[in-house]
Amino acid sequence: MSDLHQWGVAELAAAIADKKTSSVEAAQALLARARQHQNLGAYLSFNEDLTLAQAKAADARIAAGERGPLLGVPLAHKDIFVTQGFPSTAGSKMLQGYQSPFDATVVANLAKAGAVTLGKLNCDEFAMGGSNENSAYFVARNPWDTARVPGGSSGGSAVAVAARLAPAVTGTDTGGSIRQPASFCNVTGIKPTYGRCSRYGMIAFASSLDQAGPMARSAADCATLLTAMAGPDIDRDSTSLDHPAEDYSRLLGSPREGASAAQPLKGLRIGLPKEFFGEGCAPDVLAAVRGALAEYEKLGATLVDISLPRTELSIPVYYIIAPAEASSNLSRFDGVKFGHRAAQYEDLLDMYKKSRSEGFGPEVQRRIMIGTYVLSHGYYDAYYLKAQQIRRLIAQDFQDAFAQCDVIAGPAAPTTAWKIGDKTDDPVANYLADIFTLPASLAGLPGMSVPAGFGAGHLPVGLQLIGNYFQEAALLQTAHAFQQTTDWHFQSPEGF
Amino acid sequence: MSDKKKASLLVQGYEVVIGFETHAQLATQSKIFSRAPTAFGAEPNTQACAVDLALPGTLPVMNREAVACAIRLGLALGSHIAEQSVFARKNYFYPDLPKGYQISQFEIPVVQGGEVSFYLGDEKKSVRLVRAHLEEDAGKSLHEDFHGLSGIDLNRAGTPLLEIVTEPDIRSSAEAVAYAKELHKIVTWIGICDGNMQEGSFRCDANVSVRKPGEPLGTRREIKNLNSFKFMQQAIDYEVRWQIEQIEDGLAIQQATVLFDPDTGETRAMRTKEDAADYRYFPDPDLPPLVIERSWVDEVKASMPELPRQMAERLVADYGLPEYDATTLTQSPAMAAYFETAAKASGQPKMASNWIMGEVSRRLNNEEKDIAQAPVNAATLAALLKRISDGTVSNNAGKQVMDALWAGEGQDVDAVIEAKGLRQMNDAGALETIIDEVMAANAPMVEQFRAGKDKAFNALVGLVMKASKGKANPQQVNDVLRQKLG
Amino acid sequence: MSLTLSDIGRIAHLARLEMPPAEAERMLTQLNGFFDIVEQMKAVDTTGVEPLAHPTAVIDHVSLRLRPDVASEPNNREANQKSAPAVERGLFLVPKVIE
Repeated sequence: MSDLHQWGVAELAAAIADKKTSSVEAAQALLARARQHQNLGAYLSFNEDLTLAQAKAADARIAAGERGPLLGVPLAHKDIFVTQGFPSTAGSKMLQGYQSPFDATVVANLAKAGAVTLGKLNCDEFAMGGSNENSAYFVARNPWDTARVPGGSSGGSAVAVAARLAPAVTGTDTGGSIRQPASFCNVTGIKPTYGRCSRYGMIAFASSLDQAGPMARSAADCATLLTAMAGPDIDRDSTSLDHPAEDYSRLLGSPREGASAAQPLKGLRIGLPKEFFGEGCAPDVLAAVRGALAEYEKLGATLVDISLPRTELSIPVYYIIAPAEASSNLSRFDGVKFGHRAAQYEDLLDMYKKSRSEGFGPEVQRRIMIGTYVLSHGYYDAYYLKAQQIRRLIAQDFQDAFAQCDVIAGPAAPTTAWKIGDKTDDPVANYLADIFTLPASLAGLPGMSVPAGFGAGHLPVGLQLIGNYFQEAALLQTAHAFQQTTDWHFQSPEGF
Repeated sequence: MSDKKKASLLVQGYEVVIGFETHAQLATQSKIFSRAPTAFGAEPNTQACAVDLALPGTLPVMNREAVACAIRLGLALGSHIAEQSVFARKNYFYPDLPKGYQISQFEIPVVQGGEVSFYLGDEKKSVRLVRAHLEEDAGKSLHEDFHGLSGIDLNRAGTPLLEIVTEPDIRSSAEAVAYAKELHKIVTWIGICDGNMQEGSFRCDANVSVRKPGEPLGTRREIKNLNSFKFMQQAIDYEVRWQIEQIEDGLAIQQATVLFDPDTGETRAMRTKEDAADYRYFPDPDLPPLVIERSWVDEVKASMPELPRQMAERLVADYGLPEYDATTLTQSPAMAAYFETAAKASGQPKMASNWIMGEVSRRLNNEEKDIAQAPVNAATLAALLKRISDGTVSNNAGKQVMDALWAGEGQDVDAVIEAKGLRQMNDAGALETIIDEVMAANAPMVEQFRAGKDKAFNALVGLVMKASKGKANPQQVNDVLRQKLG
Repeated sequence: MSLTLSDIGRIAHLARLEMPPAEAERMLTQLNGFFDIVEQMKAVDTTGVEPLAHPTAVIDHVSLRLRPDVASEPNNREANQKSAPAVERGLFLVPKVIE
């Protein structure tokens, strides 16, 4: 089964069910491949014995007659999800070697469906970053050009799928951390509505923004994973929405209501925010995006000009709210109960300061400083409160826009992947690059990135699709229709 | 309050101003935000689950019963129960605070306003509440030496608390203790707190300042962790005298947190903390707003026991008891029930009240017993009271009967009376005979009385009682003797 | 909006981070650069706008779910303390806490 790694989730699940291969065989093949390509820096850790034990158990379930779209399928988890048996580091030295006594709900959900864990994936430290360069361990490399970043914070996740090290992976998206690396690596990814997936077991960055989501080679595979991942977690997550579980594959391949097989997207109004198509966006990105949009029109969709007037404000608003929440969420890392404790210190205060300064990288410290400042006495109203007010206005802008369209589209990122090291001197410039993904995060809306073509240097460009709350199935349907008539998403980097 | 009364409370000419903050641990089975048990005394960290330890990825989920407790308190104190309240994070670093923040309530607490009324002596007092809010307790630091280190036990972390805050309405240490005792009574009465101060279920902090009457509020110092009523008064008295001494010496009072040392009887400032810690409160993004529907409040109200204050008022109205008696008897549901049983069965409410507040309570206090452990039950007491009121035994003889009953010599009042031969003489004829005999044998005394010396009367009564071996009914003796003396 | 070095010192202390002078200078420049962007927020009229703390509150009433009062978490001390830096007799050890 030498080309097993070329298969997506659906093919692999079918092959395992049909006994053309086994979960154990598939896991072994992918582990070997992962080791072969460690130079990409996708994986942070493995536990081969545990992976094979899981695979054996899945094979046993199949032998007993059980069937399921993820049964026996190996995949990998972003190291933001805690997992029993694999260390959970959040890409940070603060949690080097940390062993969680429980699994994240999302991980448990996938395990229940029979998925097998290959290992933990590299990411920006505590999910803070857009290039995976903030990982405390090593950078991850974009397989399309290994001198370039894969994007972040789910950089390792995107690399694993792009380089065919895993058929699908989990990622997290707080300000674009699924959508942007998906765009940079020619991978499909979706961040669902805020609260759709449980946050229990996701090492917290920004509580009102963090969301789990799948990344895979196709919208169809994303739908399969999301169906297993999502659902109410009433017992453990108070922000998990009490909205019934859905089959996200249910609309795939069906034309929209009133549309035909030839023009399955007839009636779909795609809103194009003028703020997403202006000077801030690189021309090669715009060209690829417009090309993709032309395909959508062929499928029957109508393009509508809209405006999201507060798009630019989403940068300060996000970079106030997210660090504020993060500064508080990261206070638990104090060297007392778990995590890094400094080797030398004079007293309690010294222990705190040294442990935290040694354990956290510069970007994390920077955001903690910002967050602490904006919450501090005298500044709360002008910064945090103000940002949350503007956040409501941004969310309302989207509702106004959805009166004129069904889906909003544009680039996922203003550029293609940059060279490793190019942006590390100017953290603020990094923040500005998030401009297209931040608004949907602030509003809690579901968003996807779908491979849409290539820019200069044959670097991938992703098309972002944003839907209204709970419209994941429709988004996936739209993306799937596009993927039925285009083949961007099938392409893999040379040598992979 | 009259000016005279106000003046009488002044200490060396200064008015004492006290506000109280009480942390009441709620008697729930599980913690406020996790499902770990709350039982006291477990091995370290065996009741601290992943959520309590703030392990990465953990999140809070609210305990319904803790909210119900807040509603009960709000109803008991006549407060406004917020339809919507918000949980906020109070951020600071301390080893017993696992998340590095405490989930509490800041701008919008669940219970707002209200008051606590009580008697100080025979004066009725009322202390206004600012608010009561839900929050989680921290863990414990054990300072016994671990080679110079402290040991942290997080079993207590996450135990639900209601923090109850008063206006600075209290004007003396005695009033403070009376307030604390009344609040303690209420929270245990309505079953939201077990009131065990030794175990830390009911912890009081007193904010104390002094000022010359008419002047603005002085700088206050906070005496933390007053966990016994006895030490509470001592601590406040010491703090007041200390502050006055400082001021008289021309020194300004610095805001500080102080601890009371029961061994020295002094308060001393804790290691100076950063001035006015910046807690960076913000609404907790992990917890949507708490909504309490009117219907839930009504449901809780319907299931509330009669509150001590209402019951006291009812005892006054139904049994004609003085307010003081009613307040004392409603110190616990058990005590109040004991009274009502005894009063109804004996038909002598005031006598029952006197005996319970007197003879019964005295014995209970001496033996450090609760009314529930009283060896003489309410029905038996009622039987005894009946025998006193119908003249079978005198009041004094009654006390002897009580001694016997209390010591376990049977529960049958009549049997004890017979066994001890305490039956009062009620035979009028026999009494007249004795009186005539005494008068005859003490003619000089009789003459003295008739000559105007009233004291002689009591002496004669004494002689009659002695002659009757204590069995004469003193009231009868009085009446008949007076009649005969003319 | 301009922070000063003393602000950096105060915030670093609140956040329990070490901030030696060279680092403090760098942090100061970066944070000031950041707060320049944040200035744009001032111009936005937000009178009467409720802050959006929970994103889906835009479309639906979001209120706190309450769970029944059941103590169902078993004692899991060993697993929970597996990654603890210093433990003795079940207690987490830290430098002496001085009151």
